Order: sequence, then structure tokens, then C-alpha cells
Amino acid sequence: MATISREEVAHLARLSRLAVTDEEIDMFAGQLDTILQAVARVGEVDVEDVPATSHNVDLVNVLRDDVIDACLDRDLALAGAPDPFSNRFRVPQILAEGE
Amino acid sequence: MESLADRTAHELSGMLAAGEVSAVELTKDALGVIERTNKALNSFLTVSDVQAMSAAKAVDEARARGEKLGPMAGIPVAVKDVLVTKGVTTTAGSRILEGFVPPYDATAVQRLRQAGAIIVGKTNMDEFAMGSSNENSGFGAVHHPWDLSRVPGGSSGGSAAAVAAGQAVAALGTDTGGSIRLPAAFCGLVAIKPTYGRVSRYGLIAFASSLDQVGPMTRDVTDAATLLEAISGHDPADATSLEDPADFTTGLDRGIKGLRVGIVKELFTEGMEPEVAAAVRRGIDQLVSLGAQVEECSLPSFKYALAAYHVIAPAEASSNLARFDGVRYGLRSPDARDVTEMMMRSREEGFGDEVKRRIMVGTYALSAGYYDAYYDKAQRVRTVVIRELEAAYENFDVLVGPTAPCVAFKLGDRVNDPVAMYLADIATIPMSLAGIPAITVPIGLADGLPVGLQIFGPHFSEAQILRAAFALEQSAGFDSRPRRDFAHSAAPQAKPGQP
Repeated sequence: MATISREEVAHLARLSRLAVTDEEIDMFAGQLDTILQAVARVGEVDVEDVPATSHNVDLVNVLRDDVIDACLDRDLALAGAPDPFSNRFRVPQILAEGE
Repeated sequence: MESLADRTAHELSGMLAAGEVSAVELTKDALGVIERTNKALNSFLTVSDVQAMSAAKAVDEARARGEKLGPMAGIPVAVKDVLVTKGVTTTAGSRILEGFVPPYDATAVQRLRQAGAIIVGKTNMDEFAMGSSNENSGFGAVHHPWDLSRVPGGSSGGSAAAVAAGQAVAALGTDTGGSIRLPAAFCGLVAIKPTYGRVSRYGLIAFASSLDQVGPMTRDVTDAATLLEAISGHDPADATSLEDPADFTTGLDRGIKGLRVGIVKELFTEGMEPEVAAAVRRGIDQLVSLGAQVEECSLPSFKYALAAYHVIAPAEASSNLARFDGVRYGLRSPDARDVTEMMMRSREEGFGDEVKRRIMVGTYALSAGYYDAYYDKAQRVRTVVIRELEAAYENFDVLVGPTAPCVAFKLGDRVNDPVAMYLADIATIPMSLAGIPAITVPIGLADGLPVGLQIFGPHFSEAQILRAAFALEQSAGFDSRPRRDFAHSAAPQAKPGQP
């Protein structure tokens, strides 16, 4: 049985902010199904009393002194922007009329 | 044609110091090889010839002034295009970053420059370092210098091909699940993935932050040790970078008499090519003749490491790659009605298939209904891998196995089967999950192509695994001279990523 449906792939694509085409959904549905079945093997290991590891470095809350340090120049930070405007990053409309 | 850049960095360093050759001559030679061979190999995405020549001139002038220069001064080095370089285009192999010029240098790059290394260009790679063959590049596949019909391995395939073809003397790659070690093994090179935290990740375009690590790819162990020394060390800009003395060249030739070596039997997987297994076994026999105490051992969780990795890495990637949204840099799809449509279309147009797959797999593994079954389980399996390794290191100083289950495969062989592609990394992933250092050293050939033997040890045991690799290298006698005799190879195929 497939672990993932076409509709779920379309939903995942939306969550992932990918405007996939219908053909891509067909292709990805089969591939994601194979991948998810392969990685589901993690469920075969007995890990009942084993804690999770998210990271290999035993560091918590690395802080520095609260002082102004060198940072990226504003114009340099904006230099790669697709549509800089008046020292800001401009984007298309965020809210439609009435929202 | 002979090229100065065909030699090792330590040999050239001596020649430079003795005044037998200048950094300018050496850099010219490397750039000449790039010009003659890059069309066939597609290993460089950007060649920084002007900057390289002026950096070489500066090194020669410093030497003439009598300044004390380090062992990397004047050595032509290639840098994987996932490390940002100030003023030099950086794409991470993705169309979404085509033409992006970073405003700063990655710390590893900055340290290379401080060491006087000459950066000749940025190398091709699987898009965002996701792949094992370099065929996932948005700018076309890289071809293996020994056989143009084959892949160089990935994701640091351009860096591997560059060093194996003499386009550079050494290179930086990055390794998330084997991306330094696999291409190095395929192309007959030495490469070390350092302990997680050894090298700063600042300026490394993130794929999976808990796994990513920068490391050297070289023609021999001495060069790997030297280059690793140059890029190691704490960096306040990377909170996970650690301070540990980085002296890897002293005592490299001390030998391995009495070294306790464990052969991890799980790394000799079912689908492994028999000739590759045989070559690795011959390498292990050499460790025995060198005086090591070799015994087989078992780490059962290694069988599940690949699955755990392909949950954890995509989960982290799905979050890390959210930054490519067409707002601050990179590609923006025009004419979208609103900001969400702009982001969705920019990402759809800019990302390749493998990147989309991994983002979706990661999003799935992190979503409410599946988090426990996938992400949480995978992180616990990661703990089991770490614990089994810790137990093994009570009996062994280092562990060994193959670097890859196969030799360099044919272009196109695995592109339509993502899971078959993932299997190429089966022997390199456990070390990434545990954050331990691992080195691959070429030990011979199978079917005429290079085979790597992998040596790995506890956190911060780089000096020890380098010493073992050095001893093995001396006895294996692998011919690491660059190959540029492409004549007997099949004609290059069409470049899949090119429009």
C-alpha cells in the first residue's frame, strides 16, 4: 500500500511553498512513496528508552557580550536583492483587498 | 602535458621556498589545465583567474620581502561552490542562486586566504550538496577524469574531479553524509571529514546544520593534514565550532604498531561490489602487516543509519532552505499576484527535483501526524549509533571499512531511482550522524577504478586516523598523479542541467 497519496503530495508541496505541476505530483508521489517506505525502517529499532539526539555538540545557549560588533554594511546586504527599494526588500502584495 | 600543479602541496611548498618555482608560475599552470580540460569535466562553475593571479603575485612579493609563509602559501586550491566567497559568484549548484555574489567570505575561505592559498575557482556540486553523483547540479553533471562516461561522485564532485585532473593541487569540499569522502574515493583521492565543530560552518550554505562539515580533498595524507590545520579552529561566528589544538602533521609518520583496529562488518553491505570488498580487504591486510592489531567487530545500528539520515537531513533541509524565497537574494519569479505566489513560483523554478523531494520528505517527517514515527525515531536511532560507537572505542583505537560499496558508476545509471542513489552513501553516513572524524585513503583499483578505505575514530581523533591513513598510503603505493588522458573515455554526454 502506498504511504502517501497524490493529494498528500499536493498538500506537502503547498506547505513547502513549491508550485509543482500536475506531472510533477505524479512523479513525486511515486518517488516519495519509495523514499518514505525505505526510511520507515527507523521504526524497526528498539528505542523505547533511548533519548533523542538533535546535535553532536554539547553546547547550550552560547552567548556573547551585548556589545555592538562589526556587521554587514546595509548596501552590501541589499546588493543581491531582486527588488530593493528605498533601503528595503520590496515584495509583491502581502494582503489582498478586504483581508 | 606536464603541469606544476600535478604535484602535491608539500612538494610544491618546498619548491616555492627554495625559489625553484613561483606562485605565479604555479597558478598559471593550474589555470591553464582548467582552460584545457574544464569543457570535458565541467568541474568548475566559476574560474577566478584574475583574483588568483593577483593573489599569487602577492605571495611571491611577500616571499621576496622575506616574510615567513605557511605550507599552503602559493598553492592553487579549488573551493566547492557551497562556501561563500566575497565578490565571487556562489551558487551552491542551484539555479535559484545563479549569479549570486556574496558580500563576505566563509570562515574556511578566509583562513585559506590568510594561509596564502590561491583560490583558482568554485567547483560544481550536487544542488545544495544533495546527491552522490554530482548529476543533481543545476549547471550540468561533472565527468570523472579517469572515465568521462562515469560520475565523479557527489556532492563535492567538482572538487574531486579538479584535484584528480590537476586543475588544482587541493580542494575544499563539504560533507553532510559522505559528500567529501565518496567523491574522493571514486576519484582516487584522500579526504577527511573532520569532527563536527572542528571547522567553522560560517558561510557554508546550510543543508543539514547538525551534520554539515567542511574538509580537505587532496592527493595525499600529508596534504590533507596540512590543509585541515589551515582551516581548523574556533570561530565566534559559528556557535557550534570548538577549540581544540590542530596539529596533524607532527608525528604523521610514527607508524601504527599496536594500533587496535576494528573492522566494522556491517559496512560490508549485501549489495557491495565483490571487487571493491576484495580491494578493501587487501588494504586491511596491509594494516596487519604494518603491525596493527586487527579484529572484526559489529555495530548493528549501522544498518539503520541510512534511513535515519534520510529523515534527519531532509528535515533540517526543509527548514534551512526556507530562506530561498525570492526576497533577499537569488531568483525571483516575475509577475506573481501576491507574495506567497511569488515564493512558490520562485522555488518551483529555482530548485531541481532532488531538492524538491528532500524538502517535501523533510516537511512530511516534521508534520504533526508523522513526527513521532519518523523524526523522533530517527533522532533516537542516531543516539543508538553514537552509543554503539562509544562502546566500540573502548576496545579499538580506530575503526575501518569501505568508503563506498561500489566504484564510480556510469552517468545516468541512478538518476531516476533516488533510493539507489542514496545507497552510495551507505558506508559514510554513520560517522556523519555521530559527528566523528573519518578519512578515506585510496588503496587500489577495482575494475580499473579507484577504491577508498575508510578509517574513523572518536571525536577529535584526527591526528590518529591521519597517522593510520599515512601508514596505509605508504604501503599501498597508489598512483595519485592527475589524469588528463581523456582520449580512451566515452564522449561526454549531454549536460542534463543545461537549458
